[in-house]
Amino acid sequence: MRVLNKKVLFGLYDDEEILKSAITKIQHEDAEIMEVFTPFPVHGLEHVLGFNESRIHIAGFAYGLFGTCTAFGFMSWVFTQDWPIIFGGKPYFSAPSFIPITFEFTVLMAAVGMVITFYLICGLGPGVTNPYLHPRITDDKFCVAFDVTDSSSEEVNALSDLLARTNAEEIQTKEI
Amino acid sequence: MSGVVSNVRPPLVTGSKTYHQITEDICSPTEQLPGKGWVMLLLGALGLLGFGAISVFFTVWYGIGTWYLNRTVAWGWDITNFVWWVGIGHAGTLISAILLLFRQKWRTGVNRAAEAMTIFAVICAAFFPGIHMGRIWMAFFVFPYPNTRGPLWVNFNSPLLWDVFAISTYFTVSLLFWYTGLVPDFATIRDRAKGFRKKVYNFLSFGWTGSAKHWQRWESLALILAGLATPLVLSVHTIVSFDFATSVIPGWHTTIFPPYFVAGAVFSGFAMVQTLMIITRKVLNLEDYITIEHIESMNKVIVLTGSIVGVAYLTELFIAWYSGYIYEQFAFYNRALGPYWWAYATMMTCNVITPQFFWSRKLRRSIVVTFVLSLIVNVGMWFERFVIIVTSLHRDFLPSSWSYYSPSWVEVGDYLFTFGVFGVAYLVFIRVAPVVAIAEIKSILKTSGDQYVGPKIAEVTGANYAEGHHDEEHEDHHHEATAVNVETKASVEEFKKEFEYKETTDAVEEDNSKDESTDNEDSTEEDNNKEE
Repeated sequence: MRVLNKKVLFGLYDDEEILKSAITKIQHEDAEIMEVFTPFPVHGLEHVLGFNESRIHIAGFAYGLFGTCTAFGFMSWVFTQDWPIIFGGKPYFSAPSFIPITFEFTVLMAAVGMVITFYLICGLGPGVTNPYLHPRITDDKFCVAFDVTDSSSEEVNALSDLLARTNAEEIQTKEI
Repeated sequence: MSGVVSNVRPPLVTGSKTYHQITEDICSPTEQLPGKGWVMLLLGALGLLGFGAISVFFTVWYGIGTWYLNRTVAWGWDITNFVWWVGIGHAGTLISAILLLFRQKWRTGVNRAAEAMTIFAVICAAFFPGIHMGRIWMAFFVFPYPNTRGPLWVNFNSPLLWDVFAISTYFTVSLLFWYTGLVPDFATIRDRAKGFRKKVYNFLSFGWTGSAKHWQRWESLALILAGLATPLVLSVHTIVSFDFATSVIPGWHTTIFPPYFVAGAVFSGFAMVQTLMIITRKVLNLEDYITIEHIESMNKVIVLTGSIVGVAYLTELFIAWYSGYIYEQFAFYNRALGPYWWAYATMMTCNVITPQFFWSRKLRRSIVVTFVLSLIVNVGMWFERFVIIVTSLHRDFLPSSWSYYSPSWVEVGDYLFTFGVFGVAYLVFIRVAPVVAIAEIKSILKTSGDQYVGPKIAEVTGANYAEGHHDEEHEDHHHEATAVNVETKASVEEFKKEFEYKETTDAVEEDNSKDESTDNEDSTEEDNNKEE
């Protein structure tokens, strides 16, 4: 288990719409949200939280391009330089018949590359155990968490007050 | 409130589910001991696997001389089974990728199981070219790797090698897509589990937390993977059809093959999904998530693709005649009226005639009819591949070597082996993993749950719900509606509240103006400040 040595104050909400309006109110009060956890992808949440669009597709394009060049380049090298053989009277460099493998390899590289990138940037992977706040977060609760490691007890009280006012059903503190 | 009740879309999640109930319903099969039915099915699958294993042992030990392939019919049951399994695999990717791009919400109920089916089907498919090589331990020779033979490379101009790349890419991408979808759902099971199970699911869930940023990336990844998988799924069966179409065998050498194979693959794949889902929803009590609407949607795909396949069969016949090429004409005459006429007739009946029953709404919505027809389609599509392969080969250019091919017990056993592999894998899958994508079902609940759309809420709110749409079930819905009246009213109130919330949020986003509720909050806040 990864230990972050952090003290976290979090509130659990019952519904994604309540969560979204709560986040908006919290942001109005300039409280810094550490993380928001939801049991499923909530649409519109990324706008409320002001996330930038994920750039994973750019990485995917780069991996795909690598696949295209590798596959086409390799087949061309094999059949024109390394071991030229005539198949069925066709020229050594028979580009049209390289297309299917080039396409497949492009898709393979893009998909594998993107998935690996996804897990790396999210810090997820086989054997990873992240600290978790509440077992219902992956079930039906929507969670807003604040980092209160260096906060005074008044600040913590103000934040939990804020959570209560935005209709959080449950408010807890936890060390992770 | 008229905006709440959809007059077009029927509900896709019935039973007025809450988020927690969805978790309970879908996770509980993985948390209980399996029932008798499951054990019986597993024993059956293990039986097939056992008998099949003997056949596979014979094939590998004595070589493919144990099959009744001959000089004329060099491809028989093996390649028939290969194409059949690959075709079945196509429905999973179609549901998960193409329907994701088309924003079809009904896909969420069936995509998980269909993708699992894809993966297991592709494993079964890959087995056949593997053992057909004779020396399966040399199977890695098909990949281009630096070797001590020169290095002598594989033939990149050959459709058979394209197939190696297509199938292995397809398998890898499907697996990644499926598993990335499973990770959040494994986390849901992990957080409910204790002891050893918790450790196992913790490993499987890759440490998933449900962070908003992770979800955003996850959705972005799913969309791009869907975009990549869409051309991929079309390319795979196109390339499988190239195995035939690029040859010069009459009956194979046709340009119609790629679209015709793809349509056939989707057709047989959906039939297999129906066969499996109808059993699965019953055994695991998932009728609220895999509803008649899902079954009807898939039947629509079946009737469409079945008709495309039918048109392709007729086009082939027409073109054979129209080409004026006597060998082509003979191949098709022999296919329809030669010694294998019975296979051709089975194919025509099962693939072209019987699926047309699905034009009737009543039959499309009947579970028994769907189940029987899905089995018929599976049989028909197997015969399609058999007809294409064997009837085109068995009377070749040299009449002295014409032959008649029927399989040996070893070939039949090899086919049963893949049923065993598929059955065991699928049965284990439904016990250890959530069969319905939990997170995705939750994300469509507010737009497709029956407490938000459809006849039930229409009853309460007095809205007009698609008149005559549910005629044959109208009576039932009346009963249901009165039974859950109180409950539904509560959810309508909730929904109204949420609706207001949403409007509030939007307003704040746009111009920071505050409505009543926000003002109230602010005033209490001021009070607090005063107190302090």
